[in-house]
Amino acid sequence: MTHPRDASLEALAASRWRVAMALTAAMMAVYFGFILLVAFNKPLLGVQVAEGLSLGMLLGALVIVAAWALMWVYVRWANTHYDAAIRRMRR
Amino acid sequence: MNSALGEPNAITIAWFLVFIVLSLGITVWASRRTRTADQFYSAGRTVTALQNGLALAGDYMSAASFLGIAGLVALSGFDGLIYSVGFLVGWPIVMFLIAEPLRNLGRYTFTDVVAFRLRQIPIRIAASIGSLAVVSFYLIAQIVGAGNLVRLLFGIPYEVAVVVVGGVMLGYVLFGGMIATTWVQIIKAVLLLAGASILALLVLARFSFNPLALFVEAASMYGANVLAPGRLVSDPLEAVSLGLALMLGTAGLPHILMRFYTVPDAKTARTSVGYATAFIGFFYLLTFILGFGAMVIIGREAITAFDAGGNMAAPLLAEGVGGTPLLGFIAAVAFATILAVVAGLTLSGAATLSHDLWVNVVRGGRADEREQLVVAKGATILLAGLSIVLGITFKGQNVAYMVGLAFAIAAAANFPALVLAIFWSRLTTAGAQASMLVGTVSTVVLIALSPTIQIDILGNTEAWFPLRNPGLVAIPLAFVVAVAVSLLKPVPLEEQQFHAAERRLHLGVELE
Repeated sequence: MTHPRDASLEALAASRWRVAMALTAAMMAVYFGFILLVAFNKPLLGVQVAEGLSLGMLLGALVIVAAWALMWVYVRWANTHYDAAIRRMRR
Repeated sequence: MNSALGEPNAITIAWFLVFIVLSLGITVWASRRTRTADQFYSAGRTVTALQNGLALAGDYMSAASFLGIAGLVALSGFDGLIYSVGFLVGWPIVMFLIAEPLRNLGRYTFTDVVAFRLRQIPIRIAASIGSLAVVSFYLIAQIVGAGNLVRLLFGIPYEVAVVVVGGVMLGYVLFGGMIATTWVQIIKAVLLLAGASILALLVLARFSFNPLALFVEAASMYGANVLAPGRLVSDPLEAVSLGLALMLGTAGLPHILMRFYTVPDAKTARTSVGYATAFIGFFYLLTFILGFGAMVIIGREAITAFDAGGNMAAPLLAEGVGGTPLLGFIAAVAFATILAVVAGLTLSGAATLSHDLWVNVVRGGRADEREQLVVAKGATILLAGLSIVLGITFKGQNVAYMVGLAFAIAAAANFPALVLAIFWSRLTTAGAQASMLVGTVSTVVLIALSPTIQIDILGNTEAWFPLRNPGLVAIPLAFVVAVAVSLLKPVPLEEQQFHAAERRLHLGVELE
């Protein structure tokens, strides 16, 4: 059952798993960090960093930006490394 | 406050007819392209990344989020943002863990992926119970919301509104299948994004295009605490539990997952999630402007005078800044939103009933094209009838609570089994089956024992289970059950098949 292409598939599967897990963990850390701040330190989030803009609103918008940024990292990795590896294997 | 809201007027009815005629035209066009099961369930797999991104966004941006979150922000300020953020952060998870493997391993439903290397019948039955529970609760939420909205927007009785929504939606799905459903979804997403953008621009025009000036005005009218966290999230455990269910529930919603089969390959699936997240994030940022805009321009008292939950904040704001024509447009967009989401849900429910249960369980996978289509259409009619009956039965139920329930079941019943089936070689049939059943049952039981049911609805003094959302307990429990049952009784044959599945997961079907 040891097909020569199996080793490279295993390696690819492992690296995809590592990237997916790291990015998932990062997204969870950012989001639950925000939620826990909301739950534990309301006065801090009420501080206005500019007139009309509280720290909580700024951080909430930044969580949305962080989601976009992490997806951009994944798409870049997948479009360059992952897709190239798949093309090599199909050959 | 005087408002044309709730009184039929020529402009509202004109917008409404334009949308109905346009979408029925699409249905007629789509019906000529819907001859096979592949076309009915997955639009012949020819949808592009941008189209699917819009359709995914359309499926996700329900009337509940457009009207509900704008209303929540208008009435409670910052707290509404917590929901906006929570509904968005599930999408990166869908991209990292689910979208591409799902596209490569399945055909019509997410159950295809869980059942891929396991025994078909037990997996299909267990997954169908979870799927149908999610679809039913979500459908009840949407159709009850629809009945209320149409009644408020157009002034027609609740029951008539439910029957109209159910009937028009049946037309789309029955004759146009996934092709019509996708295009209705795309048009609705474009209309919704355009409508929300126009509204936000008109609001910002009054504050010299500076959102901060709007927030300053809100703070001077209602106090600085509208910009800070309020009472919505008071208990940290409750906050994390709700957050977990919103985040992982997104990755377990059957009607969202089904959309990844409409694109030609895994790379397109990946790109489409990127587009969807960009649209949804932009939309949620807009609802924030709309909410504060309604708070300042319309005022809280005027909003609650129309609907105590604040759901009419966005339509009232449209009338306030754009007069009756804009009110008519936004009302028609809200109606289109409801129709499109209900159509998407019905199609995914029909796929579960006909593809998972009839074709794969009853007929053992042996059914020809004709039979598959007949059963799928029968299931569609059944579900449309059921949703009309449920909508009338559950009149007056809290819509947001039903949506929360749907997300909680999706997160505990579907997500753990799906992720483990994709990534963990030692998952067995018994493990996946136990996980899906424990996820569904524990969520429903814990909700029945929660303060929402025990204290708010039954009027008891205390609840058996402290959390309103059971995610924090039910999701880890479903993972633990899957792993424990699989390790307790390993099945070497199923583990060997993981390697074949892994090959297809990455390379797609081309090599077979």
